[in-house]
Amino acid sequence: MMGASFMPLAPVAGPRLLRLLSPGGWSFYVAAAAVLFVAFPILHLVVPADSALHLSDYWVTLIGKIMCYAIVALAMDLIWGYTGILSLGHGLFFALGGYAMGMYLMRSIGHEGVYQSDLPDFMVFLDWKKYPWYWSFTDHFWYAALLVVLIPGLLALVFGFFAFRSRIRGVYFSIITQALTYASMLLFFRNDTGFGGNNGFTDFKRILGFPIAAPQTRMALFAITGAALLGFLLFARWIVTSKLGRVLTAIRDAETRVMFSGYNPVYFKLFIWTVSAVICGIAGALYVPQVGIINPSEMSPANSIEIAIWTAVGGRGTLYGPVLGAAAVNLGKSWFTKAFPEYWLFALGLLFILVTLFLPRGLAGLLARRKTP
Amino acid sequence: MLLLIARMVRACLFVAVGLASLPATAALDAALVHELAFGESDAKIKAIGTLAANAAPETAALFQALLDGNLQIAGQDQVLLVNGDTAIDVATGKAVKPLPHDRDDVVVNNRIRKQIDTAMATLRLSAADRAVRLGAVKQLQTGATEEMLPAIDRALEKETDAEIKELLSLTRASVQLTSKDKAARIAAIHAFSESNNPSTKTLLLGVLEKSGDAYAEPDAEVRAEAEKALRAVDSKLATGDMIGRVFSGVSLGSILLLAALGLAITYGLMGVINMAHGELIMVGAYATYIVQNQFRKYAPGAFDAYLLCAVPVAFAASALVGMALERSVIRFLYGRPLETLLATWGISLFLIQTVRTIFGAQNVQVENPSWMSGGIEAVTGIVLPWNRIVIIGFAGLVLLAMWLLLTRTRLGLFVRAVTQNRAMASCNGVPTRRVDTLAFGLGSGIAGLAGCALSQIGNVGPDLGQSYIVDSFMVVVLGGVGQLAGTVYAALGLGIVNKFLEAWSGAVLAKIAVLVFIIVFIQKRPQGLFALRGRTAEA
Repeated sequence: MMGASFMPLAPVAGPRLLRLLSPGGWSFYVAAAAVLFVAFPILHLVVPADSALHLSDYWVTLIGKIMCYAIVALAMDLIWGYTGILSLGHGLFFALGGYAMGMYLMRSIGHEGVYQSDLPDFMVFLDWKKYPWYWSFTDHFWYAALLVVLIPGLLALVFGFFAFRSRIRGVYFSIITQALTYASMLLFFRNDTGFGGNNGFTDFKRILGFPIAAPQTRMALFAITGAALLGFLLFARWIVTSKLGRVLTAIRDAETRVMFSGYNPVYFKLFIWTVSAVICGIAGALYVPQVGIINPSEMSPANSIEIAIWTAVGGRGTLYGPVLGAAAVNLGKSWFTKAFPEYWLFALGLLFILVTLFLPRGLAGLLARRKTP
Repeated sequence: MLLLIARMVRACLFVAVGLASLPATAALDAALVHELAFGESDAKIKAIGTLAANAAPETAALFQALLDGNLQIAGQDQVLLVNGDTAIDVATGKAVKPLPHDRDDVVVNNRIRKQIDTAMATLRLSAADRAVRLGAVKQLQTGATEEMLPAIDRALEKETDAEIKELLSLTRASVQLTSKDKAARIAAIHAFSESNNPSTKTLLLGVLEKSGDAYAEPDAEVRAEAEKALRAVDSKLATGDMIGRVFSGVSLGSILLLAALGLAITYGLMGVINMAHGELIMVGAYATYIVQNQFRKYAPGAFDAYLLCAVPVAFAASALVGMALERSVIRFLYGRPLETLLATWGISLFLIQTVRTIFGAQNVQVENPSWMSGGIEAVTGIVLPWNRIVIIGFAGLVLLAMWLLLTRTRLGLFVRAVTQNRAMASCNGVPTRRVDTLAFGLGSGIAGLAGCALSQIGNVGPDLGQSYIVDSFMVVVLGGVGQLAGTVYAALGLGIVNKFLEAWSGAVLAKIAVLVFIIVFIQKRPQGLFALRGRTAEA
């Protein structure tokens, strides 16, 4: 396994928070915050639409989407890059968070659906008379927000407890998480499950009373997503630089030795696995109002593996690498699917092969090599 | 269109025969014909039934004329069979010339038309052609009335074909069931209980139906008989159901086995996690498709033999692709299973897109050879299709061949040696790298065979492999790594369990239940059903 030692603890004295990033890291961080919270809103809202500098709706949505993906890649880096557990179930947690938020958004459509009923259109279509029990209270935003955290968290906790306890690891774990994702996808495809089946949730009208398509609402969602990304970046950095993070890295590199040193890896793994799942769920919840749709194809095994490739492209065990990777791959994807739609799978397939063969440390590895020739 | 022409021809034929024979016999009951022509709808329907039961030779022509609007009435009681400018008085059989001017069509509504169709079916019951008789009795099943009973009885006496006989007696019983005579109803119920036909169940349930406080069947004795019969029918149906379910379970199991056997080598023995395994299956299926097209083009006469030729071709195609992958990509990732997983996933995307580019995104048609279509009927209503039976046998053969290869040949010995201790095998002169390539080729080739088999029962499209990859990994995980026996038991077990759960809870929930079961099972036995013991287990 590759070491994560090339991002050492910064030797600067001072409070812990300030020591999380190196001085250079902090300046990048502040610059990114300035771009996200000042430059982009001005370019989108203030600069007139016909100006060359105007940031169009398309780009706001795309960058917002990519930031959600970057959060997922960050979560993936915690579990894969630092703990050595390749999860093929992160697409599931992402989608579950999205569905929890989607339930709230569906209920705030109110009577404006096609059938003008209290119930979402798909329930009218199924001839249901009232909401199933698991939809109760989802019309309250804070309850839905709680679900965003609780559902992926609890699922990860229970599943992880059983999996880690029986020492399922390595490829076994990957395959089992893939099976879990696959099973959930089948479940959500059913109309009777009560989440809109094939079509999922869409046609949202408003969030917390604000119209969802208005530029101001979109910019607010964009800024919240950016804040979440930057916040989670610091949080993840805080985890991996703590003593706990050291144990996680040790588990990745020599799990048996960690056990012999008197640690029980189960709880360390369970903790980071659950945290990672919750972060994914939050990313999903931020994703749905911006993109305007959530359906079971988000749970397809292919999506979860793609998350792994963002992380691998960016460079595992670096935190900022996966963020870059998610951005690079997804920008490439949206360019490719517009320019050469039929070749995107070729490009993605080659990316998987080439990165694993020739670029094991990803983009971050390239950057690091340039710094220290 | 064709049907219409056929009907017209038949109608003309009937009329011609009828016209020719009318004067000779005139065996049609004049009173009934009068009813038919002048009566109210109910009277007409009764008359049709009785006419059909009497089965005079001219009846068919008469009915056909009625349907075609050639049966007309004139005056108060004259019934005419009109054909162009000539007409025949049905009662006397004499030609009527010139045509009377006050002619009028006999009124035919849909109810009467339906009754005539049914009645004509009873007439066809005595046809010489078995297919005609079978069609007739099937038509009768839904529309027979009490008046037709004598005709059915007569047909039942003469009938020699077992299937038609069975259907006839069922039809007879279902008519009797509506009879006012209690003994007849009980006799009908007895007939039902002896039948193997699943449709009797609905009829019996109809007898026991209760609307409000009143039963559909007023007589308690008849109801008791019906309940007894229902139990007998139920138990027969349950047996048939069981056979069908076990069969489809074994069939699914054999497919899983074929899909997973290749994985058992590449993952189980070599430890290479090959996410492109499903795509190797797809390559095999497309190879079969190509062979089929070549046969259709160059040797249409030998089309039925294409499958025999496709088997080695599919094996070779997938094995070559697999070996190329091993040499170019997988070789460099040995010992890094997670990276192998990602790289092979990339390969699978690449292969899918390649096939899409070459063959298009739509499914392609692979036809069964004629000897694989149809099936054997184990119990009434349960047909075991030949293509599935052949695949079960094929899976067994592949398994046997693989076992022989691994245990009886030099290559098998090398594969096992490299699996157990690579360094030691290498020291003893085993060319480990070549063995790796060959073993990977073998596993891939078996995937190709699975593809060849799958092309015979399902759609062949670029996404074919994706739907099997999760399932086949589950089989290998459940069976235990490095064990062929485990793979076999796991595949068959999963297949049967899946099919039984499916009947109970629906396909999707069954699949979920199986996955949950596997996750729980691995809690208890992390090494799978058949764990390796000793030092190799830790390697």
